[in-house]
Amino acid sequence: MGIKMRGSMAVIQSLLAEHVDTIFGYPGGAIMPIYDDLLQHEDKIHHILVRHEQGAAHATQAYSQVSGKVGVCFGTSGPGATNLITGIANAQIDSVPMVVITAQVPSPLIGTDAFQETDVVGLTMPITKWNVQITDAEDIPEAIAKAFYIAVSGRPGVVVIDITKDALLNQLEFEYEKAPKIRSYFPYPAINMQSIDAAAELINKSKKPLVLLGHGVLIGKAENLFREFVEKAEIPVASTLLGLSAFPSSHKLFVGMLGMHGNYAPNIKTNEADVIIAIGMRFDDRVTGRIADYARQAKIIHIEIDKSEINKNIEVNVAVHADVKTALTALLPKIQANAHSSWLNEFKELEAIEIEKVIKKECTPESGKIRQGEVVHLLSEKTKGHAILVTDVGQNQMMGARYFKFENPNSLITSGGLGTMGFGLPAAMGVSVVVKDRPVIAFLGDGGIQMTIQELGTIMQENLAVKIVVVNNNFLGMVRQWQDMFMSKRYAATHMVTPDFIKIAEGYNIKGRKVEKREELSAAIDEMFATEGSFLLEVMVEKEGNVFPMITPGASVSEIVLE
Amino acid sequence: MEKQQYTIIIFTENHIGLLNRVSIVFTRRHLNIDSITASESEVKGVYRYTIVLVTTQKQIEKVVSQLEKLVEVLRASYYLEEEVIHQEIALYKVDSAGLANSNEVEKLVRYNNARILAIEKDYIVIEKTGYKAETQELFEKLEPFGVLQFVRSGRVALTKQRKELTSYLKEIEKASEKSDKIREWKLNKTDDTAMWL
Repeated sequence: MGIKMRGSMAVIQSLLAEHVDTIFGYPGGAIMPIYDDLLQHEDKIHHILVRHEQGAAHATQAYSQVSGKVGVCFGTSGPGATNLITGIANAQIDSVPMVVITAQVPSPLIGTDAFQETDVVGLTMPITKWNVQITDAEDIPEAIAKAFYIAVSGRPGVVVIDITKDALLNQLEFEYEKAPKIRSYFPYPAINMQSIDAAAELINKSKKPLVLLGHGVLIGKAENLFREFVEKAEIPVASTLLGLSAFPSSHKLFVGMLGMHGNYAPNIKTNEADVIIAIGMRFDDRVTGRIADYARQAKIIHIEIDKSEINKNIEVNVAVHADVKTALTALLPKIQANAHSSWLNEFKELEAIEIEKVIKKECTPESGKIRQGEVVHLLSEKTKGHAILVTDVGQNQMMGARYFKFENPNSLITSGGLGTMGFGLPAAMGVSVVVKDRPVIAFLGDGGIQMTIQELGTIMQENLAVKIVVVNNNFLGMVRQWQDMFMSKRYAATHMVTPDFIKIAEGYNIKGRKVEKREELSAAIDEMFATEGSFLLEVMVEKEGNVFPMITPGASVSEIVLE
Repeated sequence: MEKQQYTIIIFTENHIGLLNRVSIVFTRRHLNIDSITASESEVKGVYRYTIVLVTTQKQIEKVVSQLEKLVEVLRASYYLEEEVIHQEIALYKVDSAGLANSNEVEKLVRYNNARILAIEKDYIVIEKTGYKAETQELFEKLEPFGVLQFVRSGRVALTKQRKELTSYLKEIEKASEKSDKIREWKLNKTDDTAMWL
């Protein structure tokens, strides 16, 4: 027999059983019993009061990514829950585990349009891995146990548990069993050895192999195995946006990022490789460009845990339906040591062109306004790839991804699939809760920071150390770039008047500095890192700078342009 | 790519909201479901959905794998017309006034293997089970007599293949055991890869 307690205490006890020690959230009417019981466990669970529920969701996601635990956030019924939705969709599409607990109006009122009632289960069904509404206190422990198990296993995702207020107030006998058996859910597929043999044969015979490194390598905690694999077969590694940092940027086999604003060589070579080994990635349209002309010459091997991703966008020759770590463990012994030096050199030749035509101008310009790439380059140099870079979305994101050099896994936190502006600041806040021994940089545009700027309040209250870098071009830069390139410079609704960010930071007790001249930039960055706690560095950058190279919409990867 | 009619059969747990989860997979791809039925299967607690739609081979493959991805779905598969045995049931409420001086309706019932479910003062109710074309044909023949109401169920279908739900459940049980072992290995509870390799 379990211990008698009320539903809201069972929520807390369940979270304690899952070793939860941090929660991001915001209280309100329906969820008050949970908060009331949380008060008794403040020594074990630290609740971080955000300024808006969207901030809680993004912070929770980032917390999950850097802590390796399942992040938890709370929201109340109605608007509390709807405000979480962007963050839920964002984490789900980027396969990040998260358990979201929302409170609901008392069960007799469900369906009556009661005050602060909203159909949370209905609203979040298409954007969660699983969700459930609890109306009976006795169901709480099992639902939470299932939530943690489902969120983190297989291809991770978000689970929403919506609990009615009466279920929170009613008594139950508390018993908790972790990872309960779910008959219809078996998240780790058994290895099909025939597919492994077929993959090994293709790889061993390949003259021009190319590995596409995806987020699955990080999620599967397979970075070391991945490195062993590519080193043994000597295969160039190109990464997706979310795969970045799984493999050191400085490694001789690393050839850069794939996709629309990725590097020149890996995009061009995608259409020259004879064998492509896609590992834990999903051939997103931003990676593939025009599907009809994507790697038609190559035999494609796809290692992927989610069966519905296999043959979804790209038809593959060998599908290895498995978790990356399991697949590579099975594959590695069958891979022959190999060398592909002339093939690798071909990448170097193209890289030299990109350096000359794009990178030098962007990262080490000698005249003109400060450039976004230049700021990233300096941040990277000064932290020696030791920092965690959190970006917002748009030009700042592409510049960050392109020019920061990553040396440690999970060092880039960014909104990939959903492309959520406003993600950066709360996500960096979530990272800074966990990461204390490395600098946490929030690299944001002037548009993105203003979408969730209220979280400066949370950063202040929690004494967090976030190095906030705002690259200000008074434009929504990426949209403006498209208007520049495809709409004859008709800048519709992209010019933005920005406030005095330094004054705003000051209001939150955060030191800041604004830089307009190149000569001051390096010293200002030094000052930022030398300052204890958070810091806001605003850098006025070239207003009409564009991100290149680019695969224009509808173009093939091999049609990537440098200017 | 050529479109054709497919029958999807899904086995699920019995949970609230599952119909919604299933239908989201179709609506987000802008696919129109022709018919859907759901009921408990031969195994207690396992529900069987039969869904009919017209689409392409590529779409149906993607839809089925996204259905299988749903946590509460045990198995989803698709079949072509010739791979299933299927029926629909139709009910016809016919105005008695039109029947007074004729044995035509009686003939229609007899020749179409239909049956009369109810005879009331003002109307009779006829039931016919068959393919959609057959129940439609009877509808058209009854129409001159005055069809007051007509209703047709969604398709129910059985597969011709010899593999049955119980053997799928056994496979699922095995897959679950393997999955648990891989999970334990991934959680560093064991170094032994032999048990899942």
